[in-house]
Amino acid sequence: MSNERGARLPVLLCIVAALILSIVPMPDLAIRYRPDWAALTLIYWSMALPRSYSVGSAWLIGLVLDVAQGTLLGQHALALSLITYLTVKFHLQLRVFPLSQMTATVLGLLGLYQFILFWINGVAGTYAPAVTYWGPVVTGTLLWPLIAVFFGSIRYRLARGS
Amino acid sequence: MAAARPNNQHRSTRTPALGLRFLLLAVASILLLVVDHRENHLDTVRKALGAAVYPLRVIVDAPVSTLRWVRESTTDRNRLLLENSRLNAERLLTHARLQRFAALESENARLRGMLDATSRVRDQVQVAEILSVSSNPFRHTLVIDKGTQDNVFDGQAIIDANGVIGQIIEAGLLSAQGVLISDPDHALPVEVNRNGLRTIAVGTGEFDRLDLPFLPNNADIRDGDLLVTSGLGGSFPPGYPVAIVDNVTRIPQGPFADISARPSAALNQVREIMLIWPGDVRPTDVADDE
Repeated sequence: MSNERGARLPVLLCIVAALILSIVPMPDLAIRYRPDWAALTLIYWSMALPRSYSVGSAWLIGLVLDVAQGTLLGQHALALSLITYLTVKFHLQLRVFPLSQMTATVLGLLGLYQFILFWINGVAGTYAPAVTYWGPVVTGTLLWPLIAVFFGSIRYRLARGS
Repeated sequence: MAAARPNNQHRSTRTPALGLRFLLLAVASILLLVVDHRENHLDTVRKALGAAVYPLRVIVDAPVSTLRWVRESTTDRNRLLLENSRLNAERLLTHARLQRFAALESENARLRGMLDATSRVRDQVQVAEILSVSSNPFRHTLVIDKGTQDNVFDGQAIIDANGVIGQIIEAGLLSAQGVLISDPDHALPVEVNRNGLRTIAVGTGEFDRLDLPFLPNNADIRDGDLLVTSGLGGSFPPGYPVAIVDNVTRIPQGPFADISARPSAALNQVREIMLIWPGDVRPTDVADDE
């Protein structure tokens, strides 16, 4: 039924779309509030299909993000694999969370994600005012219910269709 | 532990050794970070990954370029004629200006000859198109559609019609990444065109401001001074306009004056840029900068 292997293509498309959304050029102001599409997508799919999408995929996607955004190699990789690790570790609990509680968890995960990026930037000496890191966390959390519903419908269709 | 979805038939969805895998990947990331930060050994890795990301960039760029193509191919004849005549007029004007420039150049060469200095060799330029700009607000970078295949090299200067934009930091095979002069990590050696005063222009993270942090209070610099590349850093050829000083605040109690300048190039508005090959390193099929 919901064989995880069967769900390869649609989920991959979701991930590619998330990557495209995270490198599409946008006005300066919008960039500061651009949600972490890759992180959101990975949180959802590693929670739904932890066997196919786990820390390994997160790490690879992180590397792609690093190259695409010109950050230090390994920065997004580390941050993404950490939040994916936490998601997969607690995916059984997360799945039964009501939406409000899940959204709060996503807030925490996104906060952690940005904190790691901020931390690595700080250690590497890349300048960035700390306040600007919170924009993506807020927009990402606000978008989570929509994303969860959207991905949920994809997952439902996959489970029924295959 | 029953999963929320009844038709999930996993005996145990928890993957074995998840923690171990994460630990290995984390260590790998940290190693990558350290090596990438300290050395340049990872250039080849970056280049390979960059080639993998290239299709993604093309997809991102596709709507914009399609729109442009549609607009270009559907403009009516009248507008094209109008544009043609406007361009012709512009060409005449620039030609007239160039004639004067040619005279000045030969005069310059003669004077330099008299001074026994080596005359500056004319730089070669090639037009490239921007594929994408940085999506990270703290890094002002861009990706262009020319790479090592077109003899693009690391450290190459990028300009637009009005001035310096930045330099290439990573030349891939088909595309290259450049850093803008407004990037907070970027600094370039400049001189004041009026009197040759040398200093460093540092990026601020804002597209319309550069800082000149290392000029003393008594430096001869004022509003409206044009800053040009001095060519001393080695990567930028000398004499290209960089910015115009727009604020000089002298701080009597401090060691340095607070000076900022506005970049001559429209850093966040360009789509076509020019790559410069200094001197006689001639790339394949490149137009002269005449």
